[in-house]
Amino acid sequence: MSTAAVVARGAGAGLGLKGSLSRNRRWALIASYFFLVLFAIFFLIPPYYMIVTAFKSDAEVAHMATNPWIVADGVTLDQFRLLLTQSDFLIFFKNTAIVTVCVVAITMVVSVLAAFSLGRMRFWGSSLLATGIFLTYLVPDTLLFIPLFQIVKAVGLLNSYWGMVLVYPTLTVPFCTWIMIGYFQSIPKELDEAALIDGASHMQMLTKIFIPVAMPGIIAAMIFAFTVSWAAFVYPMAFLYSADQQVLTVGTVTSLIRADVYKWGMLMAGALLAAAPPLVIYAFLMDYYIAGLTAGATKG
Amino acid sequence: MAEVSLRNVVKRFDNVEAVRSINLDIPDNEFVVLVGPSGCGKSTTLRMIAGLEELTSGDIYIGGEVVNDRPPKDRDIAMVFQNYALYPHMSAYENMSFGLKLRKFSKDEIRKRVDNAARILDITELLDRKPKALSGGQRQRVAMGRAIVRNPKVFLFDEPLSNLDAKLRVQMRTEIKRVHQMVKTTTVYVTHDQVEAMTLADRVVVMNGGSIEQIASPQDLYHRPKTRFVAGFIGSPAMNFIRCRLEHNGAGLRVRISDKISLPVPSARTARYQPLAGKELTLGLRPEHITEPRRSDRDQNCEFAVTLDVVEPMGMETMVFFRIDGQEICGRVEPDSAAGPGETMRLYANMEHMHLIDPQTNQVL
Repeated sequence: MSTAAVVARGAGAGLGLKGSLSRNRRWALIASYFFLVLFAIFFLIPPYYMIVTAFKSDAEVAHMATNPWIVADGVTLDQFRLLLTQSDFLIFFKNTAIVTVCVVAITMVVSVLAAFSLGRMRFWGSSLLATGIFLTYLVPDTLLFIPLFQIVKAVGLLNSYWGMVLVYPTLTVPFCTWIMIGYFQSIPKELDEAALIDGASHMQMLTKIFIPVAMPGIIAAMIFAFTVSWAAFVYPMAFLYSADQQVLTVGTVTSLIRADVYKWGMLMAGALLAAAPPLVIYAFLMDYYIAGLTAGATKG
Repeated sequence: MAEVSLRNVVKRFDNVEAVRSINLDIPDNEFVVLVGPSGCGKSTTLRMIAGLEELTSGDIYIGGEVVNDRPPKDRDIAMVFQNYALYPHMSAYENMSFGLKLRKFSKDEIRKRVDNAARILDITELLDRKPKALSGGQRQRVAMGRAIVRNPKVFLFDEPLSNLDAKLRVQMRTEIKRVHQMVKTTTVYVTHDQVEAMTLADRVVVMNGGSIEQIASPQDLYHRPKTRFVAGFIGSPAMNFIRCRLEHNGAGLRVRISDKISLPVPSARTARYQPLAGKELTLGLRPEHITEPRRSDRDQNCEFAVTLDVVEPMGMETMVFFRIDGQEICGRVEPDSAAGPGETMRLYANMEHMHLIDPQTNQVL
């Protein structure tokens, strides 16, 4: 079989290499599209289901005979109205926004400074420290929340969303620092030398040269920190238990699922609203995100 | 303005000695070029002058003061890098004014200096552009502008033309020379290109293996190299090195390079070379001194016939390659007079320009 294929290909090459190359490329493209479409369908089914359900009435959701993939009884915004008026969703949203903004700010300050010193200011043990920081990222939050519980309790932040501002950076700082180290290292060393000769201090070098030049990397790191903070589940599950302190992920689930009663419509509407901010941010900053991640990937 | 001095400067990276106790005095306003092959320590020396590299031992003086422990910004130097090192997010104007802003110059003074430098470098039209919108040559001009506006005591150039294509390199070389004539400042310029070194320098410092081989004017270096390394490094194509024996020839001396060929030593040098008679030495002769017989008053004894291996026409001249006792030798002849490969050609060695080198010490005798 394989011999036959080789012979056939050899003959084809003899007849016209260009034709065979373009045929090869066509097949590669067909295969690529096939798997990409398959992949897209697989990953778009849950959000599609979420959107469709969010616009259905409770009666339609409960009615088992209707087609679950379309809105049959007319589009309604009832679920959103109920969610915003009869649940604590807005409190969860506000808490999440506060936590996320604070975590992103803390993460960026810590990881940009850490990455600049580890990636550019070469000192004894810097590469070991950089590896160490990345290793901490590999410890899953499902393991960390037990010891962290003691710490959060000790500082009096149990059942307070400010406790999340304290613990989320344990997830975001290592990875963001790692991305930023890769990005800073990809900047030619002559730039800092030129800045040094021009009379810049290390802080001026960071603020006036490195941060503007590394903006794609910084934005990539910010998006990562935002996503982690917005979508965190284990820590709020473990550390927060009253509704006024709860965040979106855990709050939506705990307040809209009562024992075995699932308020599907409101759950889906909540999920849709909760997913909106990350979606908007991704849509606007996607190019930066990819540029930042690839720079980190090749140089880190 | 300032003179620069290096006293017993040593730089060691772990166990490798990159710079071995060098001494160098550069007077005010002089254009000095450090030249040598990769890894000879020339860039390290420049970076030590700039303050980007610490000295292992020794002293560097700028304007009579030891600057060993001074950070780069306090040395009053400006540096132009090989890859330009322009700040990519700033316009050409901002790049040039950045150092002045950090030093808290007034806006008017900054504008005046940048405009002046832009005029000198002919980049006034480009001041609003970002580096990515500039060509290689324009970028290098902006980098030079950034150095000029500072009006520093010393200009440092680290292979500034290496990233440019051949044509632009020649153009920028002239530009740098013109700028130095307009803005008289002590300049240290590092390159591995000996043509750049010869054309730009008031004095050339040839470095090899972390040491200085010779410091001299370009002409001196070319005509009176002190070591085999310098003789071979300066000049293109490189000097021919031919195994030889110095023999008595009546009252005079002859250099025997093969059983059949021996060439007379000019009488002016006989006394100098007399003690070396009978020794195995190396004859150094540049390709331009092996030509077709030209002058009517030439010494017939300096002629010899060879079979050409390779002939390379260059337009203005033709390089001919041949072998004597297995050693490849290059000559430079008029295009019309060159024979073809495999043919026999009569050549003339201009022995007035000969060098004798001790093969043990590699010193030119």
